[in-house]
Amino acid sequence: MSGGGQPPLAPAGVMRSWLRPGGDGRGRRRGGGMRLVWWLVFLTGSFYFILPLVATFLFSLRDVPPTAAYTDLFQDPEFFSSFAYSFAVGVATIVVSVALVVPTAFWVRLRLPRVRPVIEFITLLPFMVPPVVLVFGLISTYSPPPLSLTGSDFGSTVLLVAAYVVLSLPYMYRAADTGLSTIDVRTLTEAAQSLGSGWMTILLRVILPNVRVAVLSGAFLTLAIVLGEFTVAIFLARPAFAPFLALLGTKDPFAQAAGALVSFGMTWIAMIIISALGRGSQTRISVAGAR
Amino acid sequence: MSTTPGPTGARTALAQSGRSTRLLPWLGVVPFLVFSGAFLLVPTIKLILGSVQDSAGNFSLANYEDFTSKIVVGAFTTSIEISLVTAVAAAIFGFLMAYALISGGLPKPLRAAVLTFSGVASNFAGIPLALAFIFTIGRAGLATVFLKGLGIDPYDSGFNLYSKIGLEIVYFYFQLPLMILIIAPAIDGLKSEWREAAENLGASSFTFWRRVALPILMPSLLGATMLLFGNAFGAQATAYQLTGGLLNLVTLLIGDQLSGDVLHTPGKGFALAVGMIVVMAFALAAYAILQRRAERWRR
Repeated sequence: MSGGGQPPLAPAGVMRSWLRPGGDGRGRRRGGGMRLVWWLVFLTGSFYFILPLVATFLFSLRDVPPTAAYTDLFQDPEFFSSFAYSFAVGVATIVVSVALVVPTAFWVRLRLPRVRPVIEFITLLPFMVPPVVLVFGLISTYSPPPLSLTGSDFGSTVLLVAAYVVLSLPYMYRAADTGLSTIDVRTLTEAAQSLGSGWMTILLRVILPNVRVAVLSGAFLTLAIVLGEFTVAIFLARPAFAPFLALLGTKDPFAQAAGALVSFGMTWIAMIIISALGRGSQTRISVAGAR
Repeated sequence: MSTTPGPTGARTALAQSGRSTRLLPWLGVVPFLVFSGAFLLVPTIKLILGSVQDSAGNFSLANYEDFTSKIVVGAFTTSIEISLVTAVAAAIFGFLMAYALISGGLPKPLRAAVLTFSGVASNFAGIPLALAFIFTIGRAGLATVFLKGLGIDPYDSGFNLYSKIGLEIVYFYFQLPLMILIIAPAIDGLKSEWREAAENLGASSFTFWRRVALPILMPSLLGATMLLFGNAFGAQATAYQLTGGLLNLVTLLIGDQLSGDVLHTPGKGFALAVGMIVVMAFALAAYAILQRRAERWRR
């Protein structure tokens, strides 16, 4: 890749003319030329981003009649059952994750600041354990007797939710901890206690409302990831949405194209909600998602 | 909110529970530790221990002998190569794109639009992503058909979506937006004072970039590249859908072990999984260290 040689001169010219719009003519001309280059970079990137989506959409319209891909998809009972399953698993994941992470982050801030690095380290571990390795470890641990969790539908679903909660830990913990950093945890807790509140009341009525926005954006990210996750679901043989989508091609490639777009739309909606919640949380990084 | 401490009620409540037993505060983190222990630490330790045991449970490094076999070496080589190529390519182009949007004089609204889209695209991966590319530049994809109409058949001139280069093009789709998201704050943090100071001291643009801007940005750029590397290295679903397991990747190899006879010869798979964790740990440790260095310039 020839990134090292050419660029250094280039951005400088632009920045100069950008910083001082009234600069000398020569500088402006050079800036104008560079601006063209930046437009080109932007357009190339945008073309790459948009092309697969447009092509998939056009492909889905090639069914006869053009809307058949979508009507077939939505009339497929397996579409709804798999989507409902993944949605339910996503909601369960969020509930467990929030119930686990928020009280822990709260408690660590209030009473155990010394163990905070340990907890933070644990929440970052999922980055190091890719989903395929995690599900491998879970199956090796819980599949053999005496637990035999993978022997039943319920047991497998429990493992699936557990795996997704683990995958959600890094950004959920970060979200909760960031939310807590904006409030005075100690004073609020003492105030609530002096008014006679128990821990449950403090958590539900004082802490949770204060971290609601941060936690909600974590929750929608979790939902988006769970709805598209394939690896863990397929190895636990769960009737989830992504495995359904993967197999749909042999039956109806047009509906499959429609399904891919529906999946993209879901991610889009989740992200729109997150940025509407307004925390600049697009920058939330997940390297353990539905890759 | 009022900061007047309720005279003594809260204080004593807190103090009492702390005095009554030293262990009590630890109860608060027990649920978290139990959960992460049961579903993250124990399974990981199980993999590590299993990788250094033979089938009878005795200590043995036999499982790692596989690491000299052609298939395992090939899998790690291909996985690392694909991760590295897509990470470096996305790092460079992502940086240029973020720079174009932030300091390139493009209309402001474009920036917000691309950042939001990047949030979506970096999470749009796996099965639907692979499908989108199959419908675009697969054998019957629309772009392929369109090019054929113009008399150019990419598949005749050696292109193949279901190969290494194809997979790299697809991975680029979640690597690029991730890079844009990571690097945008760093570019935002380049202060105009630095440039002015450099210019006042007589620096040319080239000197400014070589001696000031790039050294400041370098930890961010390298750190981001490591994160992107890990991002691609752990990917499984996209490759599975795209190549049907034909490409020899570590994640796909582990998947084969898992769906095959995992309970009969699990040791091999354990060793593969541990190898994978080691590579990921290196990449992410490098990211964390570089990120810390990058923070020095931010306030």
